[in-house]
Amino acid sequence: MNVLYFAWVRERIGLPKERIDTDAETVADLVHELSAREERYAAAFADLTALRVALDQELSSFDAPLAGVREVAFFPPMTGG
Amino acid sequence: MRIVVQDAPFDPGAELNGFTVSTQGTGAVVTFTGVVRDLATGDLDVMEIEHYPGMTESALNSIATEAQKRWSLVDVLVIHRYGRLRPGDQIMMVATASRHRKDAFEAAEFLMDYLKSRAPFWKKEITRDGSDWVASKEEDEAALNRW
Repeated sequence: MNVLYFAWVRERIGLPKERIDTDAETVADLVHELSAREERYAAAFADLTALRVALDQELSSFDAPLAGVREVAFFPPMTGG
Repeated sequence: MRIVVQDAPFDPGAELNGFTVSTQGTGAVVTFTGVVRDLATGDLDVMEIEHYPGMTESALNSIATEAQKRWSLVDVLVIHRYGRLRPGDQIMMVATASRHRKDAFEAAEFLMDYLKSRAPFWKKEITRDGSDWVASKEEDEAALNRW
């Protein structure tokens, strides 16, 4: 699946987008997997209350299942307007 | 309904005139224009707005569609910019048209409240001394509860 990062999450992880092959069942599982991979991920995902997640461009939650999902995006709370 | 996401500047006066003409005879038009605010210290160089292409358009569409369900609207316009903006530049604009002003006013406020925290934009303030991501405010999230 494609994993996208925006705003300070993108800056902390150091890339806007990557392709990840994973067996993670939920968003939270994916977060654990990435955090275990490298310190920059652990730093970005340290406080999940400061993050939002979208699955296939719809706002979702960290306990949501990933089955069938093609695009996951992590970002801070939005500041539009 | 028209949703525009662009980096180019826009002319709020021309947009309002066009919107008013296209909804001619409707009775009420309300607009809101968001402008880049300088910092209290007056030293904001650039406000950089990042967005999520694809999700931005679909989020704005669903917010505007929801407004049309809740109020009796003749038309809705949403324009939102991204990229590098300077103090005084227009960031975004909403316009609503209805037969009576209450629908247009309330729908415009609803659109603004949802745009703030449900449309995937992120603002970064850049000064000579560095840069900071603008943090979301609890009151912006709380503002959604009134709808």
